[in-house]
This record gives sequence, C-alpha cells and structure tokens, in this order.
Amino acid sequence: MARLNVNGRMVEFEAEPDTPLLWVIREQLGLTGTKYGCGVAQCGACTVHVDGVATRTCALPVSAFNDGQKIVTIEGLSPDGSHPVQKAWAALDVPQCGYCQTGMIMSAAALLQAKPKPTDADINAEMTNICRCGTYNRVRAAIKLAADGGEVRGG
Amino acid sequence: MTIRTESALSRRGFLAGAGASAGLALGFHVPFGLGEAAAQGAAPAAPEINAWVVVKPDETVVVRIARSEMGQGTLTGLAQLVAEELECDWSKVTTEYPTPGQSLARGRIWQNFSTGGSRGLRESQDYMRKGGAAARIMLVQAAANEWGVPAADCRVSKGVITHPASGRSTTYGQVADAAARVEPPKDVPLKDPKDWTIAGKPLKRLDTLEKLTGAQVYGIDLKLPGLLNAAIKDCPVMGGRVKSFDAAAVEKMPGVKKVVPVGESAVAVVADTWWRAKTALDALPIEWDKGPNAGVSSATIAATLKEGLGASQAFVGNQSGDAKAAIAGAAKTVEAVYGYPFQNHATMEPMNATALWTPERCDVWCPTQNGEAALAATVEASGLPAARCDVHKIHLGGGFGRRGQSDYVRQAVAIAKTMPGTPVKLTWSREEDMLHGYFHPITQCKLTGALDAAGELTGLHMRISGQSILAGLLPQNLQNGRDPATFQGLNASGPDFQIGYTVPNLLIDHAMRNPHIRPGFWRGVNLNQNAIYLECFVDELALAAGQDPLAFRRKLMRNHPKHLAVLNAAAEKAGWGSPTPPGVHRGLAQIMGFGSYVAAVAEVSVGEDGKVKIHRIVAATDPGYAVNPQQIEAQVEGSFVYGLSALLYGECTVAEGKIEQENFDTYNVLRMDEMPKVETVIVPSGGFWGGVGEPTIAVAAPAVLNAIFAATGKRIRELPLKNHDLRRA
Repeated sequence: MARLNVNGRMVEFEAEPDTPLLWVIREQLGLTGTKYGCGVAQCGACTVHVDGVATRTCALPVSAFNDGQKIVTIEGLSPDGSHPVQKAWAALDVPQCGYCQTGMIMSAAALLQAKPKPTDADINAEMTNICRCGTYNRVRAAIKLAADGGEVRGG
Repeated sequence: MTIRTESALSRRGFLAGAGASAGLALGFHVPFGLGEAAAQGAAPAAPEINAWVVVKPDETVVVRIARSEMGQGTLTGLAQLVAEELECDWSKVTTEYPTPGQSLARGRIWQNFSTGGSRGLRESQDYMRKGGAAARIMLVQAAANEWGVPAADCRVSKGVITHPASGRSTTYGQVADAAARVEPPKDVPLKDPKDWTIAGKPLKRLDTLEKLTGAQVYGIDLKLPGLLNAAIKDCPVMGGRVKSFDAAAVEKMPGVKKVVPVGESAVAVVADTWWRAKTALDALPIEWDKGPNAGVSSATIAATLKEGLGASQAFVGNQSGDAKAAIAGAAKTVEAVYGYPFQNHATMEPMNATALWTPERCDVWCPTQNGEAALAATVEASGLPAARCDVHKIHLGGGFGRRGQSDYVRQAVAIAKTMPGTPVKLTWSREEDMLHGYFHPITQCKLTGALDAAGELTGLHMRISGQSILAGLLPQNLQNGRDPATFQGLNASGPDFQIGYTVPNLLIDHAMRNPHIRPGFWRGVNLNQNAIYLECFVDELALAAGQDPLAFRRKLMRNHPKHLAVLNAAAEKAGWGSPTPPGVHRGLAQIMGFGSYVAAVAEVSVGEDGKVKIHRIVAATDPGYAVNPQQIEAQVEGSFVYGLSALLYGECTVAEGKIEQENFDTYNVLRMDEMPKVETVIVPSGGFWGGVGEPTIAVAAPAVLNAIFAATGKRIRELPLKNHDLRRA
C-alpha cells in the first residue's frame, strides 16, 4: 500500500511502482479531470501541481513521489471553480472541446503563482500545452485577465 | 386530436436490466432515458412538447440535440436557434442528447446525427427552429385553452404567457403538461433573422463550467460498476494481420483478465486498470503478418502520384472552353507542381468506447461524431438486432472528422462480447491513435496556366493526382468511379464548394491513385489542399502577369460577388497595399466551401535564420447567418491552429508500409508561442446557411505561403514548412 497527499487528503492505494502518477490519479484515485493525451510529457493534458509546481504526470512513475509532497489536481484547485484562473476562463469562454483545458488551467495557475504579472514571453515559455481546437489566444487573454484581478473591462 | 400523455421515450424504459443499473451509477448528467426518470421507473417524465423541446415544471427548458458537441459550439448554437423560436428564458435552457436507438424507434425523429462537414447548424437549423416554433405555438395554445381565449390574443416573452386584455399570465412550466396534448401546428412560420434576440448574439457557451473543474466526463473518463479496461494493438501495417501471439506470457501479470484477438488484425488485453492492460499488451509477444503493403513507402506513394499527374485518364471535375488549346496557344505559360501529405487528426482525447454486451442487448457509451453510424457498428459487431442496441453519446475530446468513423466502437463491442455482462472500456494509446487514423488524403497537383500578351488568364489546367476519400470510405457515393468531393472548392456551379474565378478555358481533373493508408475526412477535408493549389498558383500567375495578387484576383472574380465581397472585406481590414512594419510581408487567399465564403490576409516575416513568424491574420467569413458571433470567432481562430499546424509541421510519412509518426514528439503541432493574432471579420450576407468549423482552415496555409513568397521570393509548393530551408541565400 502506497500513500500520497492528494488535494489535501492522505490517500492509500495499490499500484505497481512504475505506474505513472497520471494513471494512479485517474484509476486508483478515480480523479479523471487530469487527462491522458500522449504518455510522453509532450502535450500537458496530465498537468497537476506538485508542491505548487506544474508537473506532467504521464511519464513520471508514482514511486518518484512521496507523501510529504502536496499534489493538487484540477479537482483540488478550488472547491467550486472559483480559482481566479477558472473564473477568467469562464469569463472569456475559453474551452472548446475542453479536453486539454484542465491541464491548461493547472499550468496557468502555477505560472501565475510564480509570476503574478506574466509577460507574453513568460506565457510562451510556460504554456506549452497542446490544444488542437485552437484556444490559444483565449488562453493567453484569460491568463492576463486573471493577472489583472479578473475584471472584464468594458468594450 | 392527438393525445400524448407523456413522452413515449420515458415509457420505454431503455436499458432494462443490467444497463439500467449502469445508467444509475454513472453519477453525472446522462442523456434522457438513462437518467432518473427511466431508472426510477414510476417517476413522471417532464412533458415532451415535441421531439426537440421538453419543459420541466421548474421552467427548465431542455433542448434535444442529435448533433455532437466536440468543441465547435454546435450545442449552444442549435439551442439558441430553438430558444429563439420558442421565446423561452435563455437562462433556463439546457441540452441533452437523444440516443440514435431512441431516434430509430421513433422513425428517425431526430433525423441526421452525423456531425461533420460543418453541417451541425446549417443542415438542422430549419427543422430545429420549426421544432422550437411549434412548441411555442402549442404552449401558448394550451394557455389560451385554459383561459378560453383565442391564442392570437396572447403574448409570450421569456417563457411567460400573458393575455393582456384580461391581465392573466402563466408560464411554460405550468402549461407544459397541457401543451404536450395540443395538436401540433401544421403551419409553422419562422422569425426573420433580423428580429432575433437570442440567436445571432455572442452568448456564452452552455458547456463551459464543467470543463473548468474536471467535472466534464469524456468517454475516456467513464465509470461503470465492474468496469474493466482494454488496450489494443492493431497490425501496424494496414492490410496486415496477426500471425500469432503468446497470451500465456502475460496472463499472470497484475490485473490482467483476458487476452482477446479482435478480428484478424488486432489483439487486446483486458485488465482491471488501463495502465495494467497497456503494460501487459506491451509485454505481449505478437507476430504480425504485415501483408501486401509492407513494401510501401512515402517514396513509392509519391512516384505513383507523380505518374498520375501525366496520366491520360482522369475524372473531370470542372470544364469550360478548351484549356489545353488555350495553353498551347498562350503568349506565356506558367507551370508548377504542388503536394499535400497525410495528416493525422490527433484529437487530444484518444479513441475510446465502452461496451456492455449480454445475449439480450448491447449498449455502447462513446464519443462519436455520428451516433447512427456508431449504432450500426454496434449492431454489426454485437450480432443483435438494432432494437436491442443503443449508443449513448458523450462529449468529444476533439473530433475533427476522426470520430465520424466507428472502428473503435466495433473493436470495443467485439471485446465486450467475449465477456458477457461485463462492461469493458477500450482506450487507445496515443501511438495506436497515430498509427490507425483515417488520414487526410495525400495528393499532388500539376497546374498549368495560360496568359495572353496583356497578362490576362486565358486558360488553366489543374490536374489533381491522388487519394479519394469516398473510394476509401463511401465507395457507394462514387459517381461512375469519380469522387465529386475531390473537387471541393473547385466546382463550376451549385450552392457549395464553388470556385470563385471565371476562367474562359478551364479543366480541372483527377487521376485517382489510392495508396493503402486509409483516408478520412480531416477537418476542412479536400478544401485544404485545393485552396493551397489554387490560391498559391493564382499568386504565381499574378507574378507572371506582373500584377498585384489582389487586383489580379478581382478581375477573375467579377462573376462571383460573394467570393469577392469576402476577399475585399479581409483585404480592407488588413490594409492590403498599405505599408507594413519593416520585414513584414502580406499574403492572401480566398475559397468557398461548407456553404461559406472565406478569405484571409497573413502578415509574416522570415528571419535571417529562416524562421517564420506569423504576426497577424485577418480572416473574413460570410456564413450567411451568424448564429453566435463569439463562437464563430473561436472557430475561425481555431481554424488557424489546425491549418497552421498542418502548414508548419503536419506530415505523416510511410516506411515499410507503416506510418512513422507515433506521438507528438514526431508529429508536432502549433503551440501558444507560434499562435498569431487573429482578427475575425464576420460579414453575414443572409439568404443561405454556411458552416464555420472548417472553411477557414483552407485559407490559413495559402495566405501564409503567399506571404512567405512575398518575404523571401521562395515558393513553397509542398507541406510541411519544417522540411524547407528559408534561410537567406
């Protein structure tokens, strides 16, 4: 039996040590908001926070983590979708199919935690998640909106 | 009078037995028939006013939508159109998917489920608006009957019905039961779009909030009691098959339940979790018979297509005058050969489907663009009659045409059939998804243009050589062997895919050459390559004629005012002809397809190092009517991501019969740092209904390629750009 601290709760589960953290989160813990997209840490759909750092979980074995680390998934970002990034995403109607968006949101939340007023260059460097529907411009606008305090200006 | 006391659907008790408990346990909003009413059996159903509209006692309006939501906003747009005619309160509107099985049982009452070809709104707007209008008429009639007054004396706004003369008022929720028993009206007039108050407005999507919290359940996330997971490997070479596999080698691995051959070409491992199924599958010794295509490579395919460019036999798509004679007698001729590679859809959510098979019935839960095709696949694979099968649709994590095919449904049912009573979810790995796509067809095109001494275009021959989607997927739709869809954007006449130029001597023909890599409908379909071929070559002709690309086009477009208006709208907004920042160059392109007219201007710079930077895109579109302008903007922006991904990186190559790109590390796509600013100009001219999900993709690549030529003098005629050196010579 292994233990991890996920979304503020200590959880116990059984999994082979080489199981990627993504699949423990999705299958053993049943938290399906974190997505599988590529399995090779290319697309970012599997992004969660590990001690506040955006981390791609599809290619990292669960044995690389310990119960002293705080893991936060999209389900734990806020109790009710009220995180400033989620609110900005709602204000600008960012998602299309939405599949990549939980990873996008986790990446954006970590970026804003580290850099509350990110430049375009910061956004380009940190937001390397793949979206095939093509929401990138709204993602960028929503990050800036969240950085500005979430108020949608008129016009 | 037709008396209907309650929804025929709710009485039918879909998913009797095991399926019903499965429906109960889903724990998220499920399509009706699976939800509370069906599960509780005796609970009264909310009244169905007609197939499209259900009004609940709490005033909630449920709009039933047969088309699939895959990000393109169809769900919201269609709900807007129904709500507009219904005159209900938009804040009370929700949606649900009817199932194809339910539709079949009611004489295909929800009509076409197929969600492709940008047809969601344009091909269902008429009957769905009429559904909303008919429901409004019935609800008002019910109130009028209750009050004993003429319906014509009643007014309705936001779901509140009033009788001004007597001061009485009621609500849709209060009269819904009675309205369901009112005879449906025969004459259902629709509003003039200029009077719209819900449709035509940039309303927020109805499906956003759950996508922000992880609450949105995609097919890959589905949970059912006792669910097992399957991973699959199909022969990496299409046309090959499984020679042998050693199940005993993996059967004792953790969680493994079963190793299952699937058809002649695939093997699946079923386990408690998907990761364990995949781990065992990767360890499973499989010997493949790679079949007759094992010697095929990109080079052999290219050679076959090249032969077709000069072949004497070809299907004619568009012909006027005598192009060959015009070319033979021209003052000047221009000739060029272009090519477009295989592309994978690469939806973010890999293919998946969940099936529950018993000897009595078969249910499938899956993301699909075509519920009825998925049902047909379920029927075929289950060996059960259609009346005992159904497909429950789930929002798609991307479709782009890939999920119009039902191969993964067939596989899931075949696996589940070996484990009666146990639901099995089949999920493809990204690698499986990349290897077994239905690829954007591969073609080449040789263009020959004839210019007279004044630089006027007198003749054009466009010879397309390559793959036919219809020959691969819908051979019954070929016309004496000819694939009419090959000529998208190049048609002489008709309401759709019409060429925007008048050329006195024109010949557009197609030498069909079909490699073994299976083709599919890839967002934008054949408009993608045809727009590159035509619009880049028109720039080449303008150059040879010594004319500005916009001015040259305008002369050819005199008889095509709608095409021209959209091109002008893009050019004007972009400031065509005005100075650009240093090093920045413009290119433009236009095309018509999926019912809409589109054009784009790209502003591009190319660095000393050959790096292309796309600074700004101006994109104009005339879809006839703009049902939700902010969603059109989202579709237009997204079209550039899809179109520019193909331009910059997209290419699936073939070696030893197999696709070489197996994941995003070798099949790169556009990311945020390369995303240009996109300015969308919507110029709806009315009188027709066009799509918005696809047409703009087609102008993305040629506009940028034409700008790259303006910047560098280098004419790129084959995608993707990553294979070309744009460094200054």
